[in-house]
Amino acid sequence: MKFTLKIWRQKDSKSKGKFETYQIDNIPSDASFLEMLDILNDELVRKGEEPVAFDHDCREGICGMCSLHINGRAHGPDEDVTTCQLFMRKFKDGDTIWVEPWRAKGFPVIKDLIVDRSAFDKILQAGGYISVNTGNAPDANNIPIPKDDADVAMDAATCIGCGACVATCKNSSAMLFVAAKVSHLAHLPQGRIEAKRRVKAMIDKMEELGFGSCTNTGSCEVECPKNISITHIAKLNREFLKANLDV
Amino acid sequence: MIKLDSKIPEGPLAEKWTKYKETQKLVSPNNKRKLDIIVVGTGLAGASAAASFGEMGFNVKVFCYQDSPRRAHSIAAQGGINAAKNYQNDGDSIYRLFYDTIKGGDYRAREANVYRLAEVSGNIIDQAVAQGVPFAREYGGYLTNRSFGGVLVSRTFYAKGQTGQQLLLGAYASLNRQIAAGTVKLYHRREMMDLVVVDGKARGIIVRNLVTGEIERYGAHAVVLATGGYGNVYFLSTNAMGSNGSAAWAAYKKGAAFANPAFVQIHPTCIPLHGEFQSKLTLMSESLRNDGRIWVPKKKEDAEAIRKGLKTANDIPDEDRDFYLERRYPAFGNLVPRDVASRAAKERCDAGHGVAPTGLGVFLDFKYAIERLGKKKIEERYGNLFQMYEKITGVDPYKHPMMIYPAVHYTMGGLWVDYELQSTIPGLFVAGEANFSDHGANRLGASALMQGLADGYFVLPYTIQNYLADEIYHPEIDIKAKEFDEAEKNVKDKISKLMSVQGKEPVDHFHRELGKIMWDYVGMSRNREGLEKAINEIKALREEFWKNVRIPGSADTLNPELEKAGRVADFLELGELMAIDALHREESCGGHFREEYQTEEGEALRRDDQFMYVAAWEYKGEGQKPELHKEPLKYEYIEVKTRSYK
Ligand SMILES: Cc1cc2nc3c(=O)[nH]c(=O)nc-3n(C[C@H](O)[C@H](O)[C@H](O)COP(=O)(O)OP(=O)(O)OC[C@H]3O[C@@H](n4cnc5c(N)ncnc54)[C@H](O)[C@@H]3O)c2cc1C
Ligand code: SF4
Ligand code: FES
Repeated sequence: MKFTLKIWRQKDSKSKGKFETYQIDNIPSDASFLEMLDILNDELVRKGEEPVAFDHDCREGICGMCSLHINGRAHGPDEDVTTCQLFMRKFKDGDTIWVEPWRAKGFPVIKDLIVDRSAFDKILQAGGYISVNTGNAPDANNIPIPKDDADVAMDAATCIGCGACVATCKNSSAMLFVAAKVSHLAHLPQGRIEAKRRVKAMIDKMEELGFGSCTNTGSCEVECPKNISITHIAKLNREFLKANLDV
Repeated sequence: MIKLDSKIPEGPLAEKWTKYKETQKLVSPNNKRKLDIIVVGTGLAGASAAASFGEMGFNVKVFCYQDSPRRAHSIAAQGGINAAKNYQNDGDSIYRLFYDTIKGGDYRAREANVYRLAEVSGNIIDQAVAQGVPFAREYGGYLTNRSFGGVLVSRTFYAKGQTGQQLLLGAYASLNRQIAAGTVKLYHRREMMDLVVVDGKARGIIVRNLVTGEIERYGAHAVVLATGGYGNVYFLSTNAMGSNGSAAWAAYKKGAAFANPAFVQIHPTCIPLHGEFQSKLTLMSESLRNDGRIWVPKKKEDAEAIRKGLKTANDIPDEDRDFYLERRYPAFGNLVPRDVASRAAKERCDAGHGVAPTGLGVFLDFKYAIERLGKKKIEERYGNLFQMYEKITGVDPYKHPMMIYPAVHYTMGGLWVDYELQSTIPGLFVAGEANFSDHGANRLGASALMQGLADGYFVLPYTIQNYLADEIYHPEIDIKAKEFDEAEKNVKDKISKLMSVQGKEPVDHFHRELGKIMWDYVGMSRNREGLEKAINEIKALREEFWKNVRIPGSADTLNPELEKAGRVADFLELGELMAIDALHREESCGGHFREEYQTEEGEALRRDDQFMYVAAWEYKGEGQKPELHKEPLKYEYIEVKTRSYK
């Protein structure tokens, strides 16, 4: 297959970036999007040019390291996948493909397509955990949990921290990401103990770090590669209300 | 000269660890605050260790090369984690998990370490549940289990097909809590380039800041490496793109012995290779073998017709299907250990029965399970794996069997450690896949997660104190010391040497070539001639690399090609050591199959009289032959037998 690529190039966080155009040919339809970029980079290196920098690691859709806005969509045109699991057979031969980094105030560009997502770590540091030290735990089966609750918690816990929700949201809100963690822990008895403190601390941190607020457009859910549902945002809102009511 | 002392405590097997803990040295709470520990790696082993050290009150610095600790390769583990809880009332026990692990490892692991692993396995599940890890449950609210290869009980806990993710997020949450509390300081997008040894003790590391390119130094009273495995030496593997052997290799060059480098696990169920451009291989979890049946066509004509696309799997009637694992190993069937399953797949494909277009592929069929249990049940158990398979191959595994083939997955070899997980360099501890300790010549499924977390939560927090108790007299480590200068200079020299080659070929070219040599000669099946050839070819390729590699850009900025080049330069040395080790071990055991040593039925032939030892290699300088040290293995509680899964 053959493509015209319009790729965002930016030397570092301080420089201004711009789109560069590349023509690329002989791409197998079985190649993943990142393998297509590998092939481009191989050509660039051979020509003595600097390859395009992008984040990636597992290439299995689970580490959350890959990103990319492709033709205006976070993680590109396929449904429920990360960029590393997007395959070139989803494009038409001869297509022009626009590739950009995540754009959000909370995620400054480091170089080309790589952004700094450490804000996500900071939000979780504010309260995305259960306070239990190693060695404190009772036997696992002493905490029975209704299967339905455990399943909902699991669905929320599958968030990979990729940031597509933020990149998609017109307010650059991190609400879906925060809600996924709040809801995961709020559905478990061992997580309820700190539920009020947690939800407030995480929301405060999110706002402090420059993410916008949620106006329920639902676009995050559409682009989330792990199908995290906005019902978790509703859960977060209930938790937040509870926290503010009784404290 | 290295001396191997495994420091196994005296006393009966079942009491060793308790005895050790009762008599080891401890560090008082106010002294803990004055002691620094460096942890390199934030996978299960590193994150759990760093969080636990922080909770105990030590000053911890933790490093990873990704942008967040949560992205460590452990996140990709799918199938599950073992623990001897006996929740299923199926006869499981600590002894049985211990026995299965030693037998699975083909009698090449240390009894005392493995027993301890089995002993603490239950605590891991307790800890994870307390952290909020959403393991799969029954309707009654209690935890459920599945089976993995090489065992006759159900002791594997799981969270859908994302067990590693959930366990890592649990450890990462505990780590985050300590970062917020100020006991742990996180350094992300940092790559460890060298270890600093002062007066014979590990005292710090040199890292490259991957964003700014700056070379930085950090000192500590002890260093823990939890940097994962080196499977990427094969270029194509199920490991993450950045997984590397460089940190361990740096330690090896500073005096840490490297044990059993040839012991590599080739996983039987991965999506087959389909093109030259391919950058990695994708695992299909072993848990699928609980319900999937593996087969190839009995008739070569059928196999050929499938390869050519003239027939599909569904055209082959049951009586013409060869369920070769069930046929050869009736007792364990599709759940034989990985090394056995991989070799059997290779044997069938080499005999002309392979079904992928390349001839290298067998079927993993869910038709029978769907008939028995219904599609919904299968979806619940493996939904995300089926989805991943379909996304990658474009084939719906609910309708057509999956096509699979073995791929490099895990390295049992690693830095040599004693019972305390301390390497041959005092103060350097090694945890998780980076050490060699528990899996012998073959690891059982769902045991890597168990080992990583056992090391980090329940072993190191004790053993490191035994070492640090004598370090309280040392003030803060002086990073201006000459040893730090030297190490930093070495790193800078290596980088400028790499940057100055300015040859013609990109790094990946050399990595691919190395991968081919390794796969062909140091892969699933090895022989003397091939290994000798591999050693020569790797040497030649290494020379070529240093003459002809091309790294664009500069070293003082984010430069992914430079990162890769550093790792591949190390793989080009490590690969040779693997071949040397494989050549020296004139027997077949576990994943190490030497064609010269097999039974008439083609099973691995161990030679216990000569090779019942751990091979620990000592670095002797550039261009010098490494020196072999042997740690004899003694089995006092297990009768050593020929491994049989028939
Ligand atoms: C696809 C897949 C599925 C698997 N499924 C299972 C399973 O179901 N059950 C099971 O038990 N096991 C499974 N395994 C094996 C298991 O996941 C790994 O063995 C285990 O997670 C390794 O953990 P670790 O903590 O030792 O290292 P890793 O998780 O690999 O972490 C390594 C860490 O070290 C850091 N690092 C590495 N090098 C450097 C450096 N030079 N400088 C700085 N930092 C560095 C990385 O940033 C990372 O944080 C699977 C493996 C794969 C590949
Ligand atoms: S909620 Fe979805 S889109 Fe947002 S970070 Fe998590 S996985 Fe990514
Ligand atoms: S590279 Fe890990 S999710 Fe894409």
